[in-house]
Amino acid sequence: MTERIVGARLQYEDSATLERFLATGGDDGLRKAVLEMRPEEVAAEVMTANLLGRGGAGFEAGRKWSMLRKAPRRYLVINGDESEPATFKDHLLVERDPHQLVEGATIAAYAIEASFVVIYLRGEFALGLERVQQAINEAYARNALGRSIFGSSFSVDIVLQPGAGAYICGEETSLIESLEGKRGFPRIKPPYFPAVIGLYGEPTIVNNVETVSNLPWIINRGGEAFKELGQGRSTGTRLFALSGQVQRPGPYEVEMTKITFRDLIYGKEYGQGLHPDRSLLAFIPGGVSAPWFFPEHLDIPLGQDEVAKAGSMLGSGSVIVMDDSSCPVRSAWRIARFFARESCGQCTPCREGGAWIDKILRRIEEGEGREADLDLLLDLCDNISPGIKWPPAQTTICVLGPSIPPSVNAAIQHFRDDFLIHIKEGRCPHA
Amino acid sequence: MSRFTGEMLSRAEELVSLYPDPRSATIPLCHLAQEQDGYVTNEAMAHIAELVGSSAAEVQGTASFYDMLKLEPVGQYVIGVCTNIACMLRGAYELLEDAEAVLDTPVGATTPDGLFTLEEVECIAHCDRAPAAQVNYRYFGPLDRPSFETLVAKLRNGELDDEVPPHGTLLRVRREAPGVIPMEEIDRYRAQEAEREKQSD
Repeated sequence: MTERIVGARLQYEDSATLERFLATGGDDGLRKAVLEMRPEEVAAEVMTANLLGRGGAGFEAGRKWSMLRKAPRRYLVINGDESEPATFKDHLLVERDPHQLVEGATIAAYAIEASFVVIYLRGEFALGLERVQQAINEAYARNALGRSIFGSSFSVDIVLQPGAGAYICGEETSLIESLEGKRGFPRIKPPYFPAVIGLYGEPTIVNNVETVSNLPWIINRGGEAFKELGQGRSTGTRLFALSGQVQRPGPYEVEMTKITFRDLIYGKEYGQGLHPDRSLLAFIPGGVSAPWFFPEHLDIPLGQDEVAKAGSMLGSGSVIVMDDSSCPVRSAWRIARFFARESCGQCTPCREGGAWIDKILRRIEEGEGREADLDLLLDLCDNISPGIKWPPAQTTICVLGPSIPPSVNAAIQHFRDDFLIHIKEGRCPHA
Repeated sequence: MSRFTGEMLSRAEELVSLYPDPRSATIPLCHLAQEQDGYVTNEAMAHIAELVGSSAAEVQGTASFYDMLKLEPVGQYVIGVCTNIACMLRGAYELLEDAEAVLDTPVGATTPDGLFTLEEVECIAHCDRAPAAQVNYRYFGPLDRPSFETLVAKLRNGELDDEVPPHGTLLRVRREAPGVIPMEEIDRYRAQEAEREKQSD
């Protein structure tokens, strides 16, 4: 039985209520932080824990905080714009444990001495928005927010901001633009981090929902205890979102590096395997931006470095399973189509390249493909991300464009025959 | 009824007052306009511009970028069927065809009675309940033809009114906090803290 951190309350039906929250250690972390610790001590615990960001890039949260430019005003933004296909862990956390999110956000605000906090949630999370607003209201009512929190000398406000439907707004600079009332256009780098210039030009930290949801536990139990879970750089637990063609898709919190993809997909307490008489075609280990894995990768542990070494990433912690009834051409097309639709349009390689890749893959999928299409697809991928390597090179302002080639390339390299049957015979071998 | 009036106006002004910079209220105000009119009208965009201190063109530039903000009327129930990979692998495109048949309307269109708009949407983060759909951003899944038919029937006869408000109503829980602490007060306060820190070191 793995230690549950962010998902500890999910075993209860009423996990979202204030009663359950307070009966299960709610507020303890925040009280300890603001009443017994200095902000830099809180930050030091998080540094010790080596908490990697849970939003996709996997950057150490403590290190991100330490980059904050010294300025009188600084902002904290919680990124809950979860839109990477097959990622649904934040959705669960905002709906099922909103108080933990608010507590974690307040702890983070204290650690960086933020002047103002915004929780930016995906607009489509109607129920999550209502629950988080309710949790914010209840936090004010018991002085866990607002002036002199729990009688300490720390005051801060949290405002809830609904997004309005744009995947790109999960990119932190784009999220900030959106929060300033503009289109979600990623900002030109450098500066690479909003910690230098962020919201309204002031230093800003953007942390993911799951990242800050870990903070109450870390403050209560200590960074060392967190670091004892997992191994190497992958400390603590992660909430993995398992989806696709498994018997039991769902969210599973596991200790980092302690189980393998085989355990997650086939294990009795996890995915329970594929449908009978189906075999594994491929799986994607970290959301649709990640290169695909195949049956030979099943024994890789769920750890940041282990997956990186094998040429992919854990990303947002979503594992998508495809069995042999699914068509890899169609899957690659659907992923490419997503990026083509969600491109913000600022950069030509992504805007045009993505749209072309979508059209060509659709053509192949519909049996209208041409012999030259495979080379053309790879050439387009190479234009968006030179060398089609991993981690991807960039010709664009953000990584949305370079997220297109990994799937397309994986499918072509691994399932070339499927593509050729589509092209030459105008039919799908999986239909 | 496209400018904010009465209670809607006071809610709009409250939203503007929450942020260090009023323009941050642009998207929340667009949602509020949809709650009032079902979509974001030109008059509402002009009013939002006045409230946040930008221009109607800037507000339209923003509003037209986001999928949830509709610049033309839509049905009372906007049904979005997710067809992204996790749902696709579990029959989303079949569900989308079923939805077209059940509603007797093609994707992207609104039924003649103005009740339903059918959309194909990207991943809605409900992948463990695939194939999934949302109705005015309330989630349902896993769905098949019979359960989709039941869902539509319940929407028609008002059985889901509590769960699914009309399109545009996003947050039925209002912020109930004392007003936001003025930034200047926070600034002073943080400066004093820094000073105290210096002296104690």
